[in-house]
Amino acid sequence: MSDGGADDKIEIVKGFIAPVRLRYTVNAGRASSRFLRGLTEGRILGQRCPVCHKVNVPPRGACPTCGVPTEEDVQLGEVGTVTTFCIININFDAKARELPYAAASIVLDGADTTLFHLIQEVPVAKVRMGMRVRAVWAAERGPSLESIDHFKPAGEPDAPYDSYKDHL
Amino acid sequence: MAADDETLTAPYLLTYDYRRSCGPVIGRFLAGLRAGRIEGVRTAGGRVIVPPVEYDPDNGEPTGDFVAVSSTGTVVSWAWVVEPRPNHPLARPFAWALIKLDGADTAMLHAVDAGRPSRIKTGARVKARFAAERSGHIRDLACFELEDA
Repeated sequence: MSDGGADDKIEIVKGFIAPVRLRYTVNAGRASSRFLRGLTEGRILGQRCPVCHKVNVPPRGACPTCGVPTEEDVQLGEVGTVTTFCIININFDAKARELPYAAASIVLDGADTTLFHLIQEVPVAKVRMGMRVRAVWAAERGPSLESIDHFKPAGEPDAPYDSYKDHL
Repeated sequence: MAADDETLTAPYLLTYDYRRSCGPVIGRFLAGLRAGRIEGVRTAGGRVIVPPVEYDPDNGEPTGDFVAVSSTGTVVSWAWVVEPRPNHPLARPFAWALIKLDGADTAMLHAVDAGRPSRIKTGARVKARFAAERSGHIRDLACFELEDA
């Protein structure tokens, strides 16, 4: 045993990468499975609550407000309204996207909850609340929200604030 | 129709590549491992704690009086791992052991590459096996092996 004082010049380690890896098997459940299968077929499905009659998308099999089971499927339109959005300037995703890009909460026509998705085919500075956008399907669809590649401007006049103020 | 009623399942991998900062005590310990040396700290009460701790467990005062200890020691307790998991330090069956290094007053947990469980016992003498390439990480200390092997 010797005193460590002779080693004062050693370079102390400041840090290290400590990766955390969690391997899950995701079970989608019945409602999400129908939603995902719908995406494979190019359809966006929600579910209507039998109590409050709101249409939830993606459907979870129960109404988050009322807590009751939801069973009625509702096919939604491909066009919706941007309720709120953010502009991403730092690429944190492995998928290379041209920066900056915009991601938005979109309330689809016929739905009462919002989907979060990419907005493309428009300069980010022109993305705005109330903007009407249309889903662009991916070339290859599967049981994933990635079946919708992005949303693009629908070429319609902006929706009035009152039409989406309850979905913010 | 039957297939439509089945719920979908998919593998999902969640990863976070955290960068951990070490602080001066663990950072010094890891720098020692990189140099092929195991260090602890001496407490106010005179005990040598390995791996080093940042605060004296007896009085809560900051530590920092580093002491190099031997890379040989004695097994205090052990458990045999029949099927190593992917993150374990050894790919073949091994023992997790509490090892009290010569010059230390506390035991540290590490793997002993004993080959089979009949070869390891409490009181067995072990020595550190350092990794060939070291980077200042706990894995610089690859494992321990039996001294008489």
